[in-house]
Amino acid sequence: MQLTWKDIPTVPNSTDMLDIVLNRTQRKTPTIVRPGFKIQRIRAFYLRKVKFTSEGFIEKIDDIILKFPKIDDLHPFHKDLMDTLYEKNHYKISLASVSKAKTLIEQVERDYCRLLKFGQSLFQCKQLKRAALGRMATIVKKLKDPLVYLEQVRQHLGRLPMIDPNTRTLVICGYPNVGKSSFLRKITKADVEVQPYAFTTKSLFVGHFDYKHLRFQAIDTPGILDRPTEEMNNIEMQSIYAIAHLRSCILYFMDLSEQCGFSIEAQVKLFHNIKPLFQNKSVLVVLNKSDIIKMQHLEQYNIDLINSVKEMSGVEMIETSCINDQDLLASVEIVRNKACDKLLSSRMESKLKSDSRISNIMNKIHVSFPQKRDDVVREVYIPESFKQLDKYDAEDPNRRKLAREIEDENGGAGVYNINLKDKYLLENDEWKNDKIPEIIDGKNIADYIDPEIMEKLRLLEEEEEKLMGEGFYDSDDEDYSAEGFEQLSAEEIEEVKAKAKWIREKQAMMINDGRLRKSLHNKAVLPRNKIIKSYQDMESHMDSIGIDTTKMKEAASKNAFDNQYQETGADVIVAENSSLSAIKRNTAKGGKLTQSNRELDGVDDGEARARAERLQKVQRRERNRMARAGESDRHNTVALPKHLASGKRGIGSTDYR
Amino acid sequence: MRIYPCHFCSSPCYPGHGVMFVRNDAKEFRFCRSKCHKNFKMKRNPRKLKWTKAFRKARGKELIVDSSLTFAKRRNVPVRYNRELIQDTLKAMSKIEEIRARRERQFYKLRMKDNEETDFKRDLLLVKKNEHLLRVREVEQRKQQEKEERKQLQQDEDEEMDIESEEEEEEKEKIVITLQNKSTQRKKNKKIAF
Repeated sequence: MQLTWKDIPTVPNSTDMLDIVLNRTQRKTPTIVRPGFKIQRIRAFYLRKVKFTSEGFIEKIDDIILKFPKIDDLHPFHKDLMDTLYEKNHYKISLASVSKAKTLIEQVERDYCRLLKFGQSLFQCKQLKRAALGRMATIVKKLKDPLVYLEQVRQHLGRLPMIDPNTRTLVICGYPNVGKSSFLRKITKADVEVQPYAFTTKSLFVGHFDYKHLRFQAIDTPGILDRPTEEMNNIEMQSIYAIAHLRSCILYFMDLSEQCGFSIEAQVKLFHNIKPLFQNKSVLVVLNKSDIIKMQHLEQYNIDLINSVKEMSGVEMIETSCINDQDLLASVEIVRNKACDKLLSSRMESKLKSDSRISNIMNKIHVSFPQKRDDVVREVYIPESFKQLDKYDAEDPNRRKLAREIEDENGGAGVYNINLKDKYLLENDEWKNDKIPEIIDGKNIADYIDPEIMEKLRLLEEEEEKLMGEGFYDSDDEDYSAEGFEQLSAEEIEEVKAKAKWIREKQAMMINDGRLRKSLHNKAVLPRNKIIKSYQDMESHMDSIGIDTTKMKEAASKNAFDNQYQETGADVIVAENSSLSAIKRNTAKGGKLTQSNRELDGVDDGEARARAERLQKVQRRERNRMARAGESDRHNTVALPKHLASGKRGIGSTDYR
Repeated sequence: MRIYPCHFCSSPCYPGHGVMFVRNDAKEFRFCRSKCHKNFKMKRNPRKLKWTKAFRKARGKELIVDSSLTFAKRRNVPVRYNRELIQDTLKAMSKIEEIRARRERQFYKLRMKDNEETDFKRDLLLVKKNEHLLRVREVEQRKQQEKEERKQLQQDEDEEMDIESEEEEEEKEKIVITLQNKSTQRKKNKKIAF
């Protein structure tokens, strides 16, 4: 359970909150939007703004709601304490109004987001956003009072002492000015203000100390006046609640000297008034300021009054003084220790009373015993041979020889080696040190070891003899002959075999050739129709596959004669004198192409020819002069070659280059 | 010390040879050589590889069912050492081995018995189907024959030629010169066209 509330974030007042959230919206969302944007983009822009703002508010409000303690979930002591300090209803209403504001803001956001989805223009969207933010701001502005109040509560809560209602606690109470705070100062390190006037202590103070290696807390309460609880003020109520709700030892302080301004009678009366609160608690009445007056010096009337306090069961009385005196200082310690002992014993009692702890432990423990199976007696087994052995006695001359003694006789440790084979149990003791063969002829002897092996071998040999007798092995020297082919002679058979062998080889070779032809192996391959195959190739191939070629040869020689080579040395024969018919005849037979002389064609001999030749010459002259390659050479060389004309810059203008 | 059969090819693994692989379920696999080990690692099935015993047994290429093979087996019965028993065993082992070898030989022969006939039938069929190819063979044979004849003839001639060789050489030179002249004349007569 939470005992301190130091980490509640500061609660900003409403204007601050507005500033924070709106400023953040401005900083963290995009700011540029233009009417030219697509409408979806504009809507998204403003939607984002509205959403972001509401998220900002909600985040802030959530911080407040979650961090402030819920009064109803607290320990009754804290609950009552906070009720008196902050007024429970006021506190609850403030938080509720903040929480309500959150839902309202959420609602506004939802409504305006829905509207913004249908915004038609930038202006419309902007107005909607303005309205949304405005309404949110109004809601937050209305939170002005609760926020201020909550901030005050926060500040006060943070400063409350950490009081654990369940640990070992001493509660110091009594009239004002009876020396409660002085006592606390004495027993703990707490720096409590001590002044010689009533109501110096206005709230609860806590001090800690160790006793018997245990940590105790001592709570100093404000003074209580003797009046009904309805009339008590907040300061008094705090101490009342501390007395009522904390499981503690109560130290009721009384001032016998009446220096505090209240009579002994009044103090005893107060004790009786608040007695109902002491139920189930150990109470110690401390008679303070014993340095001024002791109990025995009091008047009888007062003594009787004080003794009436004792009437309540479990109440003890002790005298002490807080003054700085060597003798009296010890009395403070005594009071403290007594109170602590009382408290511890009462706590122990209450623990023992509740049997939940015991049953808790008992539930976890289970002791099981094996159950008896039957009535058969199962005794320890000791071998017979072992029972017969005599008990070993080192003094006895006829004692057994130990392995250690044997070792010592044979040279001691490190020299003597135990023969492990000694203890073998074999039919014949001579066999003990035999070397057992393991492998023979690639076989494991262990696989063959069988007490009945000879019998089995005999059976096998009998079977073998029987097989021999039946002639199972007679075919050993038989020669194979092609049965069923008696009509074929031995030579014919050989011939067929030779042929088959040749065919197989040939087929293999053909397959291999085919593969070689097909495979590229990074070679250039001529297309099939471009491969030239000569007549000779064909003839030799025909020859090789056993086809008669005489007829083919005849036809070929005739063709060769017709297409006889013209001894010109050129591929195309220029027919100077031959007639056109001769040309035609030649080509038709597939001979060389003959063609007329183009220089002479179309122009008569004589004058026309001479003029044509002259014209040709004139045309060529200009061409030659310009070093043209031919009529079609129209190449223009560069007028100003860069590599010749440019160079490093000297003095002068740059525009030349 | 023991000779283990190779897990893959069933050949014997002598002590100090081969490797052993122990799978994480503690099964041991012994391999006679790296070939078997590698094949195993490639997850090959020994029944599908021709060179393993498993393949041969599966295809009926080995003698499997025989009384001589029942002697060697793992008997999980401890037998106390007996010198005479070991002697008997050693003797018996050699005899068993002899019988086994004989039977295996016979098994092989029976298995191979019909091969010659089937081979011949196959040959006959092949020859019948490939008569066109056989024509090529005839040509080859004829040419071979001619070549041999020519060789024979050449040899006979060479013996005679040794006497007349000098005269022939002179004649050859003359012929060469005249042929050259003719070719030069031809070139001069040519007309070239474009």
